[in-house]
Amino acid sequence: MIPEIGQFALIVALCIAVIQALVPLAGASFGIQRWVALAVPAALAQLLFVGIAYGCLTWAFLSHDFSVLYVAQHSNTKLPLIYRISGVWGSHEGSLLLWTLVLALWSGAVALFTPGVPRVMRARVLAVLGMVSCGFLLFVIGTSNPFERLLPAAAEGSDLNPLLQDIGLAIHPPLLYFGYVGFSVAFAFSIAALISGQVDSAWARWARPWTNIAWLFLTLGIALGSWWAYYELGWGGWWFWDPVENASFMPWLIGTALMHSLAITEKRGTFKAWTALLSIFAFSLSLLGTFLVRSGVLTSVHAFASDPSRGKYILGFLAVVVGGSLALYAWRAPLLRSAAQTRLLSRDGTLLLNNAFLSVVTGAILLGTLYPIAIDAMGGKISVGPPYFNLMFISLTAPLGVLIGIGMLIRWKQDSLQRLFDQLKVPALLVVALALALSLALPQWLWGAFLGIAMALWISVTAVITIHRRFHNRALLSTLRSTPAGFYGMLLGHLGIAVFIIGITLTSLYTQEKDLRMAPGDSYTVAGYEFTFRGVRKFNIENYVATRGSFSVRSSDGGFQTDLFPEKRIYLVRNNPMTEAAIDAGLTRDLFIALGEPLDEQGAWAVRIYYKPFIRWIWLGAIIMAIGGLFAASDRRYRSLSRRRARVSQDAARQVS
Amino acid sequence: MTPARKKRLALILLMVGGVATGVGFALKSLDQNIMFFFSPSEVISGKAPTDKLFRMGGMVVEGSVHRPGDGLTVEFDLTDNEHSVIVKYTGILPDLFREGQGIIANGKLNASGEFIAEEVLAKHDENYMPPELADMHDGKESAQ
Repeated sequence: MIPEIGQFALIVALCIAVIQALVPLAGASFGIQRWVALAVPAALAQLLFVGIAYGCLTWAFLSHDFSVLYVAQHSNTKLPLIYRISGVWGSHEGSLLLWTLVLALWSGAVALFTPGVPRVMRARVLAVLGMVSCGFLLFVIGTSNPFERLLPAAAEGSDLNPLLQDIGLAIHPPLLYFGYVGFSVAFAFSIAALISGQVDSAWARWARPWTNIAWLFLTLGIALGSWWAYYELGWGGWWFWDPVENASFMPWLIGTALMHSLAITEKRGTFKAWTALLSIFAFSLSLLGTFLVRSGVLTSVHAFASDPSRGKYILGFLAVVVGGSLALYAWRAPLLRSAAQTRLLSRDGTLLLNNAFLSVVTGAILLGTLYPIAIDAMGGKISVGPPYFNLMFISLTAPLGVLIGIGMLIRWKQDSLQRLFDQLKVPALLVVALALALSLALPQWLWGAFLGIAMALWISVTAVITIHRRFHNRALLSTLRSTPAGFYGMLLGHLGIAVFIIGITLTSLYTQEKDLRMAPGDSYTVAGYEFTFRGVRKFNIENYVATRGSFSVRSSDGGFQTDLFPEKRIYLVRNNPMTEAAIDAGLTRDLFIALGEPLDEQGAWAVRIYYKPFIRWIWLGAIIMAIGGLFAASDRRYRSLSRRRARVSQDAARQVS
Repeated sequence: MTPARKKRLALILLMVGGVATGVGFALKSLDQNIMFFFSPSEVISGKAPTDKLFRMGGMVVEGSVHRPGDGLTVEFDLTDNEHSVIVKYTGILPDLFREGQGIIANGKLNASGEFIAEEVLAKHDENYMPPELADMHDGKESAQ
């Protein structure tokens, strides 16, 4: 009964979404206030019904209802409670339902938390979100029904993929979806502005906090995925340029560009057309990501069992969304011309360059990701490996690091080369000297390390100067109070990048890795740490059997000692083997041990040992960036300005009616 | 041309130049970093390069996996049900590497026609079959 309620709720939600998509839009065009007023309740009602559907599926998981095919395939009576909750999005049907729920949540948030946005504008935004929602609800109901019955019911479920039975992966998809789908709000604002033809910089201000929040979720989601891959897959890597990783990274890059171009559009009223285009691209890339993952054109950890009709549907949907919004853009873009000039030597100019680099990097990644698929369609079989992506990414983002520093100090509108040079020559020399000293202290001189450290220092030093300039010769308290949160957000975002750069530079260049055969009693030294293997023991735990290796680790000076217990697990229901690495985490280094396979009767095992310097800084940097995003989104000027706007719009509304 | 227009033009040229350089860079490095895929039959018939890394995919022949010596080197036969090639790999095999499973190996051929793998991939799904192999088995698959 419960699954049928869920199914019914989905259909009701679709009907509401159709109303939400059409009626307010028509009302806005013909000036019918009642129709416009329908947008908010429709969005909230849609949220309610999608929520009910989602709740029903969760209930089916919690109550072990194996008469629901999806539950029978992805759960088991032995599955721990938390993985029954996260199991809902453990595969295709449920994760699409989560997508739809997240979209409904964002729509609901737009309905409730945009007090300053004129009602007509809000109605248009909600209508656009409603259209997207229609697309996804149709997809769920038509091709991926999570409530499909299995008759007769299975006696026992076939368990959740053991890879997904992990806390990191339990929260990775929701975070990622909040990010992906969050870009639909900026997209909807742009489309709404294009439809109305009233494109002033106000919409940039409305779209900004939403974009920041979406971006921060996406940042955390990607970082969490990377962290999970690091400790769960047993390869010790943190990024593989897997097409699915790229699918999440491309919207992030364009989203980053969008945040910056929204800043120019809000501040200077320029680049309106470009900003609108970026918001279309950010959301289109999110959809493309969904297509790549769900259609089965890619085979990877993320690509669930696929069905060609699904791929065709998403591809069609993608074509409608991208084609439709680009057509609208082409029609309306001439309205977006701005009168102001942009000079290269100004903050506007550096932000523009930032956008150019980020877009080109995204283009390069898109090329590398889609090329094999295009060749495959023509009958060839190729793959594009990490060397391509590393080369492209590093060579194109290195100039961005330099730009961050200049961008924080340069003036809006127009600056002089002389002034910049005077300001930056001392910090630049200081950075080079410090970077030289630090990289000489490393175990081995590497140019890459020097450049990475110099880049991180450059960003940090210019950030300090930026702070100094704001607080210099002013009363501390009142300056603290008058400084907008966005300023701290900007600083944190950039410092996060600096921390991240240190992490990737040192990890990639100074990691030590050893695959070796170890019998009980054997010792091996990696990077000054002596690893001794004491043998393995078997344990029976809930839904798996673990072969647990025991290692003692000692630093050669004796100052550090610990025990590590990597596991080889066999998950009983599917008879799946899994490697569970043991990691001793630290701020300056991780020690990582993974068990390979047993080699002989005497208890020797293949063992993988890693020494990974500064790897935590990668995720730490991402967390700092995300906090920066939170600061930026919480800037009070969005609220105060929107209040002022609210009065203006009420007047406007009165005039309309 | 007014100075403002000149600047605008310079800006546009700079951007076009940047994009062109980027695209040029991308295509060149793409060209250098593409790995081609071959089946064991294609390798036997000499279609695979002898000096470049490539990918080979197939099924691990039942009973062929063994470890010569006492190190981490493992040897097995990879087949596409017509021909098979000996693969040598030193290191830790992925969790889902099993006899009878589809895998993909990245590596090079040595002088005696053995495939020296630098990396062995088995996907994390018990039903996984390399897409390239799935094509070869299309007839069989759909008959099931």
